[in-house]
Amino acid sequence: MATTNGIRIAIVGGGLAGLAAAMKIAEEGHAVDLFSVVPVKRSHSVCAQGGINGAVNTKGEGDSPWKHFDDTVYGGDFLANQPPVKAMCEMAPSIIYLFDRMGVPFSRTTEGLLDFRRFGGTLHHRAAFAGASTGQQLLYALDEQVRRHEVGGKVKKYEGWEMMSLVLDDHQVARGLVAMNLQTLELKAFPADAVIIATGGPGLIFGKSTNSMVCTGSAVSACYQQGARYANGEFIQVHPTSIPGEDKLRLMSESARGEGGRVWVPKEKGDTRPASSIPESERWYFLEEKYPAYGNLVPRDIATREIFQVCMDGYGIGGQNQVYLDLTHIPAETLDKKLGAILEIYEMFVGDDPRHVPMRIFPGVHYSMGGLWVDYNQRTNIPGLLAAGECDYSIHGANRLGANSLVSCVYGGFIAAPAAIEYAKNIERNGVDGSGIYDEEVGRQQEINDQLIRQSGTENQYKIHEEMGKWMTDNVTVVRYNDRLKETDDKLLELIDRYGHISINDSNLWATHALPHARQLFNMLQLARVITLGALNRNESRGAHYKPDFPNRDDENWMKTTIAEYSGEGPVLSYESVDVSLIEPRKRDYSKGKKQDAAKASASANASGLPPKEGAAQVPTEDSETKPRDLTGAAVWDQNKEEVRDVMHGQTETRREQDKSIEDAGGKSDKL
Amino acid sequence: MSTQEQSLTEPQVRSDAPKSVVIRIRRRDKPGAEQRWEEFEIPYRPNLNIISCLMEIRKNPVTREGKPTTPPAWDMNCLEQVCGICTMVINGRVRQSCSALVDQLDQPITLEPMTKFPNVRDLIVDRSRMFEHLRRVHAWIEIDGSYDLGPGPRMDQEDVAERYAYSRCMTCGCCLEACPQYYEDQYIGPQAIAQVRLMNMHPSGKMTRDERLEAIMGDDGITACGNAQNCVKVCPMSIPLTKAIYEENRETVVHGLFGWLKW
Repeated sequence: MATTNGIRIAIVGGGLAGLAAAMKIAEEGHAVDLFSVVPVKRSHSVCAQGGINGAVNTKGEGDSPWKHFDDTVYGGDFLANQPPVKAMCEMAPSIIYLFDRMGVPFSRTTEGLLDFRRFGGTLHHRAAFAGASTGQQLLYALDEQVRRHEVGGKVKKYEGWEMMSLVLDDHQVARGLVAMNLQTLELKAFPADAVIIATGGPGLIFGKSTNSMVCTGSAVSACYQQGARYANGEFIQVHPTSIPGEDKLRLMSESARGEGGRVWVPKEKGDTRPASSIPESERWYFLEEKYPAYGNLVPRDIATREIFQVCMDGYGIGGQNQVYLDLTHIPAETLDKKLGAILEIYEMFVGDDPRHVPMRIFPGVHYSMGGLWVDYNQRTNIPGLLAAGECDYSIHGANRLGANSLVSCVYGGFIAAPAAIEYAKNIERNGVDGSGIYDEEVGRQQEINDQLIRQSGTENQYKIHEEMGKWMTDNVTVVRYNDRLKETDDKLLELIDRYGHISINDSNLWATHALPHARQLFNMLQLARVITLGALNRNESRGAHYKPDFPNRDDENWMKTTIAEYSGEGPVLSYESVDVSLIEPRKRDYSKGKKQDAAKASASANASGLPPKEGAAQVPTEDSETKPRDLTGAAVWDQNKEEVRDVMHGQTETRREQDKSIEDAGGKSDKL
Repeated sequence: MSTQEQSLTEPQVRSDAPKSVVIRIRRRDKPGAEQRWEEFEIPYRPNLNIISCLMEIRKNPVTREGKPTTPPAWDMNCLEQVCGICTMVINGRVRQSCSALVDQLDQPITLEPMTKFPNVRDLIVDRSRMFEHLRRVHAWIEIDGSYDLGPGPRMDQEDVAERYAYSRCMTCGCCLEACPQYYEDQYIGPQAIAQVRLMNMHPSGKMTRDERLEAIMGDDGITACGNAQNCVKVCPMSIPLTKAIYEENRETVVHGLFGWLKW
């Protein structure tokens, strides 16, 4: 294959992160093999609705990348390593500008500038949006650019191929991957100089979620089982507002609240009157009451817990697990312009018109903050394996803020691409192609397939999936208790055992779902254990992880990244310290705003109300600490140990320069 | 309004709700194999969509007559009518199966694969030629590079609104399935023409619009449109496809008449 000549990089996943990386690599003139279960234009990124964050500050609010950084770290409850978060927030405005140049129809102001809306966990209008289908529009823009490189011969797409495993050499270095053609079930090895995993989240582990059907986390789990470290698995975001359905939970975007939507329940328990005949004085706007500063736009973990608790206390609409999300006070015309796409979804699947009848919503599993462990250059602990997007753990800490996922996907792809190229330029490639490791791995995967096809048991794989989903949703989401977590892990072990007795109920193997689903199911079960045991072990409450028996955040013992490594029998957990060198951890309190500080900052540094300087460069510059450094070596596992960190990333030197840029952007006085 | 709301207080079971759902599926084992019908019956529940029915059948694939069979194969992903993958012909009408609700359909419900694309198996079709169209018409903005070049051009919200409508196309193929002129790629069809419109409306896209116009000026290009207007009726995203065809037709005519003046 071409690995003996030019650089060839395999990217698994064709969502925002994968396509962002593909575009960057192709632009540098290198070859990309792009693998995707579905045509890339149908990836889950299309489901993102509300917006993409970037502190462009077109509203004269004195917003800045530093404030975006602070909101993100604070919203994430101080579990994220701070340097990459800061780098992302600095890159964010330029990412938005790039998408604007690529033709995304972002909504505009009357002056023809980009319009921005508010999202949870911030007091600024920071999210650029294209109607209420921002993810779809951003994905299409990248899809178009990657198609251009496909025509130019740099990108080869393998759509309808699912990654089964990595090909590792004797030194545990990733040399490519094995993928399965989903029509023919053919297994094939694809040599590559580096592999970037960008396969998104694992929502299907919870059965019903807001995720698409491809979001199994299967490829990520395969990497984990081959030695990649999985970090912070227990941090699962449950979105406060979803529409319960038979087949999935459909998302009701946070932008509904960003545009003024109000959450309420009747003050009277079990009130069965229609919403319109409940007078204002008999409505309980519980979020606005408890969090006067942020109101309905508290971060998701908090909104979710409040809604959940209100329903558990019996205040749900008609005693059910539902609360109102009310937009009816906003003119229908405004709603159509700003939220049309999501209101149509509600109308289509529920049958009510949300312009006139308050929506009924309940929390639903939405996003995984956890994912493959990566260093500041998106490299996993396996040399030659990188990860970007929802499948990496690096940005969101214990809770993700709305409109930060799209920007983190693109950021991850933009960092992974040059890091992969740099790695590929420096590896020893001679002799690997002919060494037989590819045939061996194909053989191993073929044997697993053959065994599944051969075996005839009484277990039904779809029922096992349902049971896993139910147990995980009931016990490993909003509220967690140690005894139930333990029981859930026992249940998962039982399900793994029963998995050994499933039979593939399809005698026609051409384009069958049955075998791919069986492969995914095994991987989901393994990852479910990582999530459950991570939650069991962490005896504190932080962000999305909430234990009533340990209701407080415990920085002394738990300001640590959970690391799961596969032992052959299950996950082995260890912990790594968090780099909080830029913003000192403080207690999260959304009943009070940061507004006072922010007002002071904007008065002194941004009194003119003019937009700040251009966003940071997309490709890390010489003096940026995100610049890939010394990429030839293996990623350093304990990068956050003080002495290692400074050597690896040269931070002592660069941080001073970074501070200067923050100061220039007008954010210094906002530092706390 | 209030009655509508009242009905939601409890999961709505229509008074005339059936006890079961009968679904007829037009099946094919593999390309080239004969098609056949199979009928399934599953218990009725409120708010079922076609995908939930297929999932139920997949769990235990036995026909209505009690004969074990292979599980039907279909494509699905987002289930929110935004990825376009689950498109099929339901009771004779092409649409997405995720947003097709049993309560709104006459029984028995018939499911068939789209007919204008190669049938892979059962309800799965191969729509790769639609992506080929996008390659052919250069449906992208020719940016100088993805490095930081500052903000894009300013735009009027009205123009953005029109572009937004075109850019919601999810390449589902409904318009092509319904178009009497679209057959075996004899005509490029409304999907690609609307993308030409989307790109040509953009201030930067305009600079390379000639190559897009030329891509739709051949025998199988825009002039093959027969003005049946089916496309705009079946489009699940309500894209103004006929407007796009009208505008691009005008552009190609002007380009055909005066384009040579540039040289």
